[in-house]
Amino acid sequence: MAVNVASEWLNACSGCEISILNTGEALLDLLPQLNFVHIPALVDHKYYGQTGEGTALEIPEAVVGIVSGGVRNTEHKHVLDEMRKKVKVLIALGSCACYGGIPAQANMFKQEEIFDKVFRGSPSTDPSPNPEHPDVPKWTATCQALDEVTKVDIAIPGCPPHPDWIADALLALLAGKTEWKLPERSVCDTCPVIREKKSGGGPIKRMLANAEFNPEEGLDKMRCLNEQGIFCMGPVTLAGCSGKSGVPRCIQARTPCRGCFGPIRKGAKPMVDMMGALTSVGLDPKTLVDRRAIMNRYIGGHGYLTVIPARPVR
Amino acid sequence: MAKVINIQPITRIEGHAKVAITLDDAGNVADTKVHVQALRGFEKFCEGRPVEEMPRIVCHICGICPWAHHLASSKAGDACFGVTPPPAAVKIRRLMQNIAYIGDRILHFYFLAAPDFVIGPEADYAVRNVVGIIQAAPEIAKQVVKMRQMTANMLEHFAGRAIHPTLSLPGGVSKPMTETDRKEMLPLANELLEFSKFSMKFAKENVFPKYLDAIKTLGVIQVGYLGTVREDGTHDFYDGKLRLMKADGAYDDFTYEQYTDFIGEWVEPWSYQKFPYAKKWGKLNLSLEDPVGVYRTNCLARINVADKMATPLAQAELEEFRAAFGRPAHFTLLYHYARLIELLQCAEQAVELLNDPEITSKDIRVPLTPKAGRGVGCVEAPRGTLIHDYECDDQGLITKVNLIVGTTHNNAAINLSVNQAAKACIQGGKYDQGALNKVEMAIRAYDP
Repeated sequence: MAVNVASEWLNACSGCEISILNTGEALLDLLPQLNFVHIPALVDHKYYGQTGEGTALEIPEAVVGIVSGGVRNTEHKHVLDEMRKKVKVLIALGSCACYGGIPAQANMFKQEEIFDKVFRGSPSTDPSPNPEHPDVPKWTATCQALDEVTKVDIAIPGCPPHPDWIADALLALLAGKTEWKLPERSVCDTCPVIREKKSGGGPIKRMLANAEFNPEEGLDKMRCLNEQGIFCMGPVTLAGCSGKSGVPRCIQARTPCRGCFGPIRKGAKPMVDMMGALTSVGLDPKTLVDRRAIMNRYIGGHGYLTVIPARPVR
Repeated sequence: MAKVINIQPITRIEGHAKVAITLDDAGNVADTKVHVQALRGFEKFCEGRPVEEMPRIVCHICGICPWAHHLASSKAGDACFGVTPPPAAVKIRRLMQNIAYIGDRILHFYFLAAPDFVIGPEADYAVRNVVGIIQAAPEIAKQVVKMRQMTANMLEHFAGRAIHPTLSLPGGVSKPMTETDRKEMLPLANELLEFSKFSMKFAKENVFPKYLDAIKTLGVIQVGYLGTVREDGTHDFYDGKLRLMKADGAYDDFTYEQYTDFIGEWVEPWSYQKFPYAKKWGKLNLSLEDPVGVYRTNCLARINVADKMATPLAQAELEEFRAAFGRPAHFTLLYHYARLIELLQCAEQAVELLNDPEITSKDIRVPLTPKAGRGVGCVEAPRGTLIHDYECDDQGLITKVNLIVGTTHNNAAINLSVNQAAKACIQGGKYDQGALNKVEMAIRAYDP
């Protein structure tokens, strides 16, 4: 018997959905077990009835609800609330849903500043008032993770999450389980590079030049990027970006991790922990450029990123 | 009694939007609006970020075309730092772009658009979707899934990430391609080329002929086109000059930096999405009878503005297409046809690049020194021209960002096509699911 599934995307880019579609043949095996009653990306079920005359937003009942994207406006909140009402198990899919994601970088700015820039402050835009219309939902005060708004049962983080974990979580639900979570390991625990627990010191390097490595050799012959002096979030980031096997995705490109899977455990303080990790290899965290934004790149919800008030004029 | 029909959410597109169709007392279409409901604010929150981090931040604008944003941003960064990436880096960027676009075109044609054509626009929505396609044509669906997985694997194997990549940076790319990488990817690219040829043939024989009437009527508008061409007018996804063509075929060519002379962005109170328009044609007018300033982007626009395609098989298809539909071709549903011509070019180019010995050069990145500057980087995303305009301070930190991205260019045109389709499909208060889905088909053609 197929299980009814409802799916939605809120303040999202659709990368999570593409990640599912990249699953390949495992997807064809999994699909017949899932009956999608609502998924705007793929199926034409409508909120207000199929001929658009309904008055209340309606999502069909389902056992599993999958939501990607965080909450950025009143419409997102409305859809999320309806989803929560209609499903037994709510899955937050991807780092926007779990932590706010990249769009939560906006939490460093006031809404007026952002709207000023977009609608009145660009060289190509005819300066105009902010859009205002019943069908243009108002922004919420901040860009939020789903669990800041409603109860979430299962979190599958990642930007995007790896299809291995999406399939794993769904199969666990199909087998009757109600809980699922990624193992608590760091990216470094799955990274094959050479570590000597010390760096050459000096200011932390930006990616203005490439890392040092021999392209003919594997990653197990490359020195750890933090130890090369290049800032990498691996030590404080949850592992799993390349699925059940394989090396961390960004390291595969010989580029540093930026923390897209979020903190290793709930309640962690990645910024504090990361500063500790840098210090432990002899790097000075104060030399990291754009420190607050870069360390909270994917996790700006939950109050991690806030507007810093302008310094008082003396 | 006047009433409003809400089509919400618009489905089988990528993003958040709704259509509101207002009917007058006689039940005829009085007004239509496509409301885009999402706004994230990238142009503001990128301020303060290091320029070299931008390609891995702004790729998150779109999870379907992250490579396009990744590369436009890298090019804007190249210009901010005043560097020219080595030839091998450009070849690697182009290769990744082509592979990513192959996956994208296959997805759109078979899984998002095909349900309307293979299952039928009037079919029950419960079967008019990808699952219906898998049941109706299991062998083809299997191939589609396999090909998509192949493109994702190729990107991941080399670049680590298929979605939201980190490979490209101002100055070049983060790693060279080894001979082993090249030899592994080449046969896969050839397989993709074979599948692309099959798709073109399959669509021309089995899909397009049945819908010729729909093609000639649904969502049809006559407006301008924007796309990228090389100096000699050849179609190019990665680099060149911008060409803005009027509905009658006359055009202006301009450099990236000149974009503000030619393109303005209008704001309507009823949508978060702005309405780019061709400034020199006059003030934007969204009337169906007499549109002013409206142009389109994405595949149909590109093959209209280009004098020729960049590869032989795609060129042969373009010639056949032009013989049938002229230049510029205006029928909206021809986007699906144009998309497959481009699919062919992407696959041919991927094979070409993998046969190029220079692609394995170890010279792939110019080291950067921060300095104040401005850079405008453009590429053609699957959905249209991306314009990334950055300014930075002497530390190489972003001070200003202006973005005009793929589907935004099409905002005005999509509104016109919806208006046209609604008027054609809804009269005297009579409409059903099928009619409303046809209105959505006029949107889906743009693959927004």
